[in-house]
Amino acid sequence: MEAEPILTMAGICKSYPGVRALSNVDFDLMPGEIHALVGENGAGKSTLIKILTGVEKLDSGRITLEGKDILPKSTQDAQKLGIGTVYQEINLCPNLTVAENIFIGKEKTKHGKIDWKSLYADARRTMKGLNLDIDVQKPLNSYSVAVQQMVAIARTLEFSSKVLILDEPTSSLDQNEANKLFEIMRQLRDRGLGILFITHFIDQVYEVSDRITILRNGGLVGHYRTRDLPKVQMVAKMIGKDYSDLVAMDRTARPEQEAAEKPFLRAEKLGRRGDIAPFDLAVGKGEVIGLTGLLGSGRTELAQLLFGIRRADTGRLVLNGKEIKIAKPIDGIRNGFAYCPEDRKAQGVIGELTVRENIIMALQASRGHLKRISRKEQEAIADRYIKALNIKASSQEQLVRNLSGGNQQKVILARWLATDPELLILDEPTRGIDIGAKSEIQKLVRRLAKNDIAILFISSEVDETLRCSTRLVVLRDKKVVGELRGEDMNENRVMRMIAEEVEQP
Amino acid sequence: MKRFKRSPLFWPTMGLCAVLLFDLIFLPGFFTIQLKNGYLYGRVIDIVNNAATLMILSIGMTLVIATGGTDISVGSILAISGAIVAQMLGPGQTARTPLAVCLLVALAVSAVLGCWNGMLVAVVGVSPMVATLILNVAGRGIAQLITGGQIPTVIYKPFCMIASYVPGMPLPFSVLIVILMFVLAELYTRKTSFGMFVESVGTNATASRYSGINAVMIVFLTYVISGLCAGVGGFITTSIIKAADANNAGYLIEMDAILSVALGGTKMTGGRFSLGASIIGALIIQSLTTTLYAWGVPPQVLPVVKAVVVILICLIQSEEFRGLLGRIGNGERKRAHA
Repeated sequence: MEAEPILTMAGICKSYPGVRALSNVDFDLMPGEIHALVGENGAGKSTLIKILTGVEKLDSGRITLEGKDILPKSTQDAQKLGIGTVYQEINLCPNLTVAENIFIGKEKTKHGKIDWKSLYADARRTMKGLNLDIDVQKPLNSYSVAVQQMVAIARTLEFSSKVLILDEPTSSLDQNEANKLFEIMRQLRDRGLGILFITHFIDQVYEVSDRITILRNGGLVGHYRTRDLPKVQMVAKMIGKDYSDLVAMDRTARPEQEAAEKPFLRAEKLGRRGDIAPFDLAVGKGEVIGLTGLLGSGRTELAQLLFGIRRADTGRLVLNGKEIKIAKPIDGIRNGFAYCPEDRKAQGVIGELTVRENIIMALQASRGHLKRISRKEQEAIADRYIKALNIKASSQEQLVRNLSGGNQQKVILARWLATDPELLILDEPTRGIDIGAKSEIQKLVRRLAKNDIAILFISSEVDETLRCSTRLVVLRDKKVVGELRGEDMNENRVMRMIAEEVEQP
Repeated sequence: MKRFKRSPLFWPTMGLCAVLLFDLIFLPGFFTIQLKNGYLYGRVIDIVNNAATLMILSIGMTLVIATGGTDISVGSILAISGAIVAQMLGPGQTARTPLAVCLLVALAVSAVLGCWNGMLVAVVGVSPMVATLILNVAGRGIAQLITGGQIPTVIYKPFCMIASYVPGMPLPFSVLIVILMFVLAELYTRKTSFGMFVESVGTNATASRYSGINAVMIVFLTYVISGLCAGVGGFITTSIIKAADANNAGYLIEMDAILSVALGGTKMTGGRFSLGASIIGALIIQSLTTTLYAWGVPPQVLPVVKAVVVILICLIQSEEFRGLLGRIGNGERKRAHA
């Protein structure tokens, strides 16, 4: 690049107690470029941003802005220096007007009063600068999320105009709205602003960015010109498999192949706007279907749509030849579905209740509160699953919050197995648990499949998904983009599909 | 004994005993109970009788709080219930409407008001404090409308017996109502899975919903039960003063009901609850009031003294505080050794 970088970060290190969040990361941003920062969850993207915006203090390293050393101590400080951030969640006041939102905290005053006339004029000019001709005197919440996002950008630009950080700005926008945002990003770039763009959507990285910086496990993988880096290689670098390795890699041993049974459950053009595009899916008994894709690709949304946590707005679901309506979890449960949620702590365990109560919870819920399962039966059920899943608890009456992560996960599995499901959806069942419990759960998946339970297996770890599944469904950008089975199931193919370089089979 | 120590009833009972112990030492004659004409009289009986309304309210309040909510409309619902009964019975020696009908109508209205609260909180999603504030304020107005701005008196004998004595029973009749309500609530919460679902929703509403529990319905029902309890409380309060005072009946009693639940050890954020412990909590509050009056504390300073004692009882119940006390004690012992 011919120009001097507007912002450089060199040798950035940051540790939290017990974790090395960033080690020796370098980064630079040119004026007039859109720079994408990518990496899987936990790669260190957000830590880097937090350091840059003064939310966190760095342990070592230097940051220079226009050649001068800086050390932002707070977000306000960073803003004053010229580094503005727009977050994923819009941090504005929805019931104030657009103009108020842009200028809040730095209102112009005349004779001690706010000079509304010039404030509105300024606001109008600022929004026009972003090619947006809207009534700035209307409250913010009368506009769409996309417009609100633009207002957030306008506000940031008012305060600081050297570096603009956009943290997942498109996650709540639809395609048209995102395109509009990209247009504005390009305009701002052409004005000489340095834009740092963080996103999970690979297509968007390639649509707007000039350069890419990839992080993995707190370390820098590298800087690349977008046009020089094929998508597949980017995905491989994010996940940490070298592309050449992938080509050579053989399929690892997998459980017995599917018996190509007749599917008992069919989703036909099932979908929900903003969550997941309409998809078809057929599930047979004893199948383990791996759902794979990057974070935010729609895996969880698909699962929750089947189970009834999200309600489908198009398509239909056919169980054993009959169309069924699923609007809430209890409908899913009554049709023989079970769902182990991704966020064990927030969505799974009921910490103040005992192991026994947690295990019988879903079964009891499916019967309704009036038909109580007798204490004796409860104890028998709890006992059976504590033994079957090898749950380590001091007794059935121990509170679940006092168990380890792996044992909590097993309790939730037990809760669903107790309902005798036909379809078990496991959303990241092995996240954050120790190796021992992990392999136990993987073995359990195979054992259950042998007993004719169909399983939807969601995991961010491609290895694990390949090892456990008989078939893979690949998702990208909230769409099902294809299916892999048999010989095609290898990491190479999966990555190519995630990166969209192979036509659907 | 060891089992009792782990029971949720242990610390509330200790609190109550502490208050009663004070009475035993400093207020001679406090525990004197006399048998007159086959009825029992005495301060202790008064405490139980005066606490009857609060005990019943605390049952409903416990369930609401266990889901993570609050119901500050119970005082007003109580006043409405009382107003309906008084208005329907009429001022005479005989009843204008059969007593059973009056009570049923009042209960039905209380349940409807509970439904209103439940709908706002569980279905619409208004925060409980705000949702129940509506009836807290408007309810007194509704009660005024029913009584026509008057304070209708009730002298119909059978109704007045509710808060006093029924021939053949040495204890006040209200005690029987408390026991009946408690047993009903205990049966409904523990012999069905309602109690477990309430605790589950109060602990983690999302996880409960994902497990198939109809959290909306559970939360809704707790407000209906709370409304019903307030309705019954209205009968007792009206019966005690033999009049329906729309403005003052049960005024601020919701605060005492919340306090009873807190003293009973149910977390304000929801989760595990014990109806029995809340009832003991209500008894603590009433015996404290009676004790302080008997001891000659002037009514103006009564709230201050009450507050101090309540803070002490709450502190003793808190595990963290007991741990702290233990550590300080140990430290002193160590220093003494050195």
